Amino acid sequence: MDLVLTEEQEMLKKMASDFLTDKFPKTVVKEIEETESGYSPEIWKEMAELGWMGLVFPEEYGGVDMSFLDLAMLLEEMGRACLPGPYFSTVMLGGLPILDAGSDKQKQEYLPGIASGKTIFTLALTEASARYDAAGVEAKATADMDGYILNGTKLFVPDAHIADYMLCVARTSDEAKPEDGITIFIVDAKSPGISCSLLKTIANDKLCEVVFDQVKVPKENILGEPDKGWAEVKKIVERAAAAKCCDMVGCLQEALDMTVAYAKERKQYDQPIGGFQVIQHYCVDMFTDVEGARLSAYQAAWMISEGLPCTQEVAIAKAWASFASPRVMALAHQIHGAIGCTIDHDLQYYTRRASADGVTFGDANFYREVVAREMGL
Amino acid sequence: MNFKFTDEQVKFRQEVRDFLEGEIKQGLWQPTCDAWIMAHDPEFTRRVSAKGWIGLTWPKEYGGQGRSFIDRLILTEEMLRYGAPAACHWFADRQIGGAIVHYGTDEQKEEILPIIMKGEAYVGLGMSEPDAGSDLASLKTRATEDGDDFIIDGQKTWTSGGSNMNWIYLVARTDPEAPKARGISEFFFRTDLPGVSVSPIVDITGGVHFNEVFFDNVRIPKTCLIGEKNRGFYQILNQLDFERSGMERLMANYPLFEALIQYVKETKRNGKPLAEDPVVRSKIAQLKIELEVGRLYMYRVGVIMDEGRAPNWESSMSKAYGTAFEQRLATAAIEIAGLYGQLSPASRLTPMRGMAYHSYLSSKGYSLQAGSSEVLKNIIAGRKLELSAK
Ligand SMILES: Cc1cc2nc3c(=O)[nH]c(=O)nc-3n(C[C@H](O)[C@H](O)[C@H](O)COP(=O)(O)OP(=O)(O)OC[C@H]3O[C@@H](n4cnc5c(N)ncnc54)[C@H](O)[C@@H]3O)c2cc1C
Repeated sequence: MDLVLTEEQEMLKKMASDFLTDKFPKTVVKEIEETESGYSPEIWKEMAELGWMGLVFPEEYGGVDMSFLDLAMLLEEMGRACLPGPYFSTVMLGGLPILDAGSDKQKQEYLPGIASGKTIFTLALTEASARYDAAGVEAKATADMDGYILNGTKLFVPDAHIADYMLCVARTSDEAKPEDGITIFIVDAKSPGISCSLLKTIANDKLCEVVFDQVKVPKENILGEPDKGWAEVKKIVERAAAAKCCDMVGCLQEALDMTVAYAKERKQYDQPIGGFQVIQHYCVDMFTDVEGARLSAYQAAWMISEGLPCTQEVAIAKAWASFASPRVMALAHQIHGAIGCTIDHDLQYYTRRASADGVTFGDANFYREVVAREMGL
Repeated sequence: MNFKFTDEQVKFRQEVRDFLEGEIKQGLWQPTCDAWIMAHDPEFTRRVSAKGWIGLTWPKEYGGQGRSFIDRLILTEEMLRYGAPAACHWFADRQIGGAIVHYGTDEQKEEILPIIMKGEAYVGLGMSEPDAGSDLASLKTRATEDGDDFIIDGQKTWTSGGSNMNWIYLVARTDPEAPKARGISEFFFRTDLPGVSVSPIVDITGGVHFNEVFFDNVRIPKTCLIGEKNRGFYQILNQLDFERSGMERLMANYPLFEALIQYVKETKRNGKPLAEDPVVRSKIAQLKIELEVGRLYMYRVGVIMDEGRAPNWESSMSKAYGTAFEQRLATAAIEIAGLYGQLSPASRLTPMRGMAYHSYLSSKGYSLQAGSSEVLKNIIAGRKLELSAK
């Protein structure tokens, strides 16, 4: 066992932190949040030049061949900086699934575009039932002469409004078990019949409602095997959940650091409020929660990186992050006093982002149930 | 980064499990909660000693095994998982041996370490006093120099295993003039001396676990002093990190967790196993999540110790977290058992072999012994977050 980051990982983190701090002061985050696209194409290009989009892709696809754990470190810094934009959608929900389940041809077709920052991807999985299990997939794809016709409505799809492609999860045959008969399609987001509208969300991240109305998808755009897509979806969700944990670690760590710094600086009754034991203990409670989030997130990311089965470890990490983050943020606000409740204070970016992260790719209840099942209950 | 145990560690864990399962199969003992501190079984301790599992981390030159702290965490985790009666040697193995390796003279090492490794030192920890709890430095028990000896006078209390001990590790005041923390020394000596008397205190479970220990003009040779005179308090701080960082701060009542899982699988309410009740499932999964994260805090401390660093805030964090978890486990078990939860272990109908009842009561002390959770949080706030009144 060893919990030290490699020199390379430290460097990656440092570089990411420097870049993100420089490019994304909260004034910029705010501006971007208020745009419709939700990202800055210029900085997006720079991120691609740094090799971030293709971080875990092999060199032949324009990537830099680093590990999932390395990517986790980057995601942590992105959470810390409250990075807006389609990085998560493109890399985690588009690129990795294609790398994982795509044919050689598909990899050649899509991965270089992602790595170079040209292509934006996303995943259209959840629907009105807001579930991450197979029974939640009701969108239908019916076989047509040379392909499929997609119909259905997807909800909470991140960045669909700016995406070039979507992975769309749809039911291709009705089977007894909800896990059977599911297929993943790579869909050109500009296909006729797709309409997309933005949802207003707590994090101002760009989640969409996407309606598929008689959308034609060629057969060769199936990712993996027809009818057997759920196994890959499960993997996508598991990986995305672990990745969200890393984002949350960054978020919560930053909220903690801000809070401790504030406790040292803010004076009442002629002393820093950090001198009051209650405030000290609040900070320690936050710190303990954040450390738990970090250890469990790193464990999950490491296991994914090593290709080890880790359903339980991911569930533990995401459940923890999801139930600990409201506690952490509540204390952060309590310690900040009224100033933390203002829209101009940086804390609220983390409050909102952590809240969104908490429910995305499974909330605490969802993962408690996963753990219960893993325990044989 | 690497969260994996080495092949040798996996093998070692299996070896410990095989040993403990073999013991249970032979009917030598039954898993219980708090066995590490309450179940005194000299025979068991002798068998553990024969395995070389006392003094696992001590240097080979002193007869130890020179193994890693992670190895010791594995060993102790399995002892706790099986609720093994390890109380006879636990304290000596955990903190006394280490203190002697660190601060002891060559003579002390030669004399005492073999006794501990043979599992023959049943140690009591004589720190707390009626008026010196969290504020240990305010202790009053005196050790007065008299020629080649010290004379001990005073009283200790809450001494775990005191009725069973044959050695005591004692902190006493050697310089009453010096500022509180600078006049304290550590001693280690046999308790079968004139003037030592032990008086049991019945604890909240009705058992006898801790004790008052009185010292009336007890004469001990100066060779019982551990480390430097008047530096005892600073030596203790280091030892406390060891005392706090063990798996017993997370898994003292682990046998209850297993019993609880079995209980919800086997117990029907309204015609359905409790395990199918979503509230129960959620509660138990929550405990499992908290337990596994707790193990990460614990193993992190082991990693730090194996790097040759002293854990300080990390062990305070794992202890404060772990003991709170143990209390939540006990509470959840009592809640899930409902009306049955109130039945004492002596009752015919008691669920979970009476462990929920026992643990609900005994776990109240977990967050006090070896540093109260509040004091631990003070340490983390001060040492790590650097929060202070100035
Ligand atoms: C089961 C059990 C076994 C024990 N075994 C031993 C043993 O073997 N040997 C031994 O020497 N002792 C032993 N102890 C004693 C233990 O070390 C003390 O209980 C502990 O040090 C706390 O002291 P106290 O009980 O006097 O509580 P106090 O120190 O009086 O504390 C009472 C309350 O005040 C809080 N408090 C105190 N100071 C502060 C502060 N600065 N900031 C915030 N809050 C504070 C505490 O956290 C606690 O909540 C044992 C205790 C228990 C419960």
